[in-house]
Amino acid sequence: MLSNYAHTVGVAAVPGVERVLMNLEKVVFGFFIVLAATLNFGFVIGEIDNPMHHHIYELFAAIVVNLIATVLKFGDRTQIGAVHLSTSLVADLQLVAAACVWAIAFHVTGEGMSREITTSVVSLSAGALLANIVSVVLLIAETVMLRR
Amino acid sequence: MNSSVFFLALRRMRAPLIVLIVIYAVSTLGLTLIAGVDAQGQPTPPMSFFHAFYFVSYTATTIGFGELPNAFSDAQRMWVTVSIYLSVVGWSYSIISLLALVQEKGFQQVLLTGRFARRVKLLGEPFYIICGCGETGLLIARALDREGIRVVAVERNELRIQELELEDFSADILALCADAAQPQHLLMAGLKHRSCRGVLAMTDDDSANLAVAIASRLISPRLRIVARVASPSIEANMMSFGTHYVVNHFEKFADYLAQAIQSPNWYRLVDLLTGLPGQEIPERHDPPAGDWVVCGYGRFGQAVVRNLARHGVGLTVIDPDPNLSVGVHHIVGQGTEAAPLRQAGVETAVGLVAASDNDTNNLSIAITAKEVNADLFVVVRQNRVANQVLFDAYDADFTMVPSRIVARECLALITSPLLSRFLHLVRAWSEARAAALVGRIEGLFGQRVPVIWGVRLNAADAPAVHRLLVMEEAKIALGSLRRDPAARQEPLPVLPLLLVRDDRDEELPDDETLLEAGDELLFAGTRAAKAAQNLTLDNRTVLDYVLTGEDTPGWLWGLLSCNSKAASRRLGVRRRV
Repeated sequence: MLSNYAHTVGVAAVPGVERVLMNLEKVVFGFFIVLAATLNFGFVIGEIDNPMHHHIYELFAAIVVNLIATVLKFGDRTQIGAVHLSTSLVADLQLVAAACVWAIAFHVTGEGMSREITTSVVSLSAGALLANIVSVVLLIAETVMLRR
Repeated sequence: MNSSVFFLALRRMRAPLIVLIVIYAVSTLGLTLIAGVDAQGQPTPPMSFFHAFYFVSYTATTIGFGELPNAFSDAQRMWVTVSIYLSVVGWSYSIISLLALVQEKGFQQVLLTGRFARRVKLLGEPFYIICGCGETGLLIARALDREGIRVVAVERNELRIQELELEDFSADILALCADAAQPQHLLMAGLKHRSCRGVLAMTDDDSANLAVAIASRLISPRLRIVARVASPSIEANMMSFGTHYVVNHFEKFADYLAQAIQSPNWYRLVDLLTGLPGQEIPERHDPPAGDWVVCGYGRFGQAVVRNLARHGVGLTVIDPDPNLSVGVHHIVGQGTEAAPLRQAGVETAVGLVAASDNDTNNLSIAITAKEVNADLFVVVRQNRVANQVLFDAYDADFTMVPSRIVARECLALITSPLLSRFLHLVRAWSEARAAALVGRIEGLFGQRVPVIWGVRLNAADAPAVHRLLVMEEAKIALGSLRRDPAARQEPLPVLPLLLVRDDRDEELPDDETLLEAGDELLFAGTRAAKAAQNLTLDNRTVLDYVLTGEDTPGWLWGLLSCNSKAASRRLGVRRRV
């Protein structure tokens, strides 16, 4: 998606100069996609049933950054843009599901972060991690395909 | 088209949505970090994410249930104050962006274009695309609408589109505000639509018309393409790649004028048959033969001189430019003054053409010339329809209105292609024969311009007649198509003009002519007569009545009456035995 934009910018520039010209929009876009994946990874890593290894603030941060990444992907009609958006939506769905499981266990049933609940929350966010990895792979593929 | 609107909206909403997400996240995060207080004033642990999100949700949308689940500590209140202002700013920003987007011209254009494309796609009936809805385009659109033919208009000027929407059309007119010279706009207007019958390039810009004609020719070669043009070189260009009809109003009018001088009855026929149907028949003015004066030697003046000279008319041109290469006698000067007019011999001439491209000048020329020679036959070129009032007040013998001429030609081409063939044949007629036909038409239709229509005797256009001719090999005379289906002894006010069979023409076929399947006929008549004839062509029962005078029963009744007849016959036989 951004490659189109970057491409039109790049056409006019002299080959040597254009590498120096950085596209701020592209930086922000890449930043949020990678950050979403890393935060997600940070939450998932650790023993799957040990609540000590999975801090809830990390889940919160992952959700917020994922939502921002999703919005950044809005409004691109290219094929790769569509896949980008769908991976982000999948990640959002999984993370929100994980948050819901946590909220129900903590506030509705009063069970707290038991081993079962922790496992379920972490496995849901692990699914989101997979979607985020696909997103990152797409970002890399797009960059590699970009011939100048 | 819908999806593009959706994507555009999403794209524009990116920034406000991100701002909202960040504000919500910051507010929620803050609440989960700040300690609360219980009823005894003892500090309690901060809210959990769930409670914090719940609180932010109802505060940010200004619902405000109060401090839930417990009364807040002062630190929490401080933070909530900040987050309330943040969220109000965030929501206002989003809503303002959304409203700005909806009001934005580009966005509305996308919406309108999308709706236009959708409606064109859903058109089920035959339609024509008119490119350029100025004076000419509007005249054609109105007349086609009256004929019951749908019109899709492409016009660059937004004001004209608004005027078009205010017009009283019987069917909805689909109008797109875009440049017709761009092929994608033509495509959107239904160039590839299977119900599209033709493209009319009617803009006042020759090059735009050329672009439309080329695009239509390349993209949909089966379409009928009619283009209006003023410059001879572009006309030749258009003809070279197979535009079906090119209407050059200057050339057309000059040709008519020359023909009218030579054979006034032929021109009268053209006037009667190509007029806008239902309007009053124009008063008859026959231009006299003799010497003519042409004021102004622009494109129109040149066309007039060329055509009149071909018929051997003596000509004098008045034009201020001394360097013109005029083949005939040339007076340098303004036609608006009496001296050059006298010099050009207006006193002895029989006619004058005021051919400049300025309406005021033309009227001035006409009035001055009339003062010099009161018997002069004056032809005035009217450039703008808006000046109609002035020209009505002056009441010239002939007024040349480009948009009318183009509209008339186009309508004749679209609604009855046989007509131009017929008029071409009539050119070879003697004056007496043309005069006789003029007399018949004026006698039949009184003061109204008749409707002209073509009929093809095939299964689609005339099912009843076609079936009778092909399946039952019956003989049908042309006269039966001129009988009233309500009372067959009454003739309909219908005049058959032309019969085309196997590419051979029979002019003014008489009532005894036997019809054959595949014949093409051209009729002139009233609107009611056309409807009545259509009934005869379509409906078998009506056709039988018109042919035999008997009301044939319907299928069921026929079966019953057949049975009863057979039964009574059997009874009769028995009785006799």
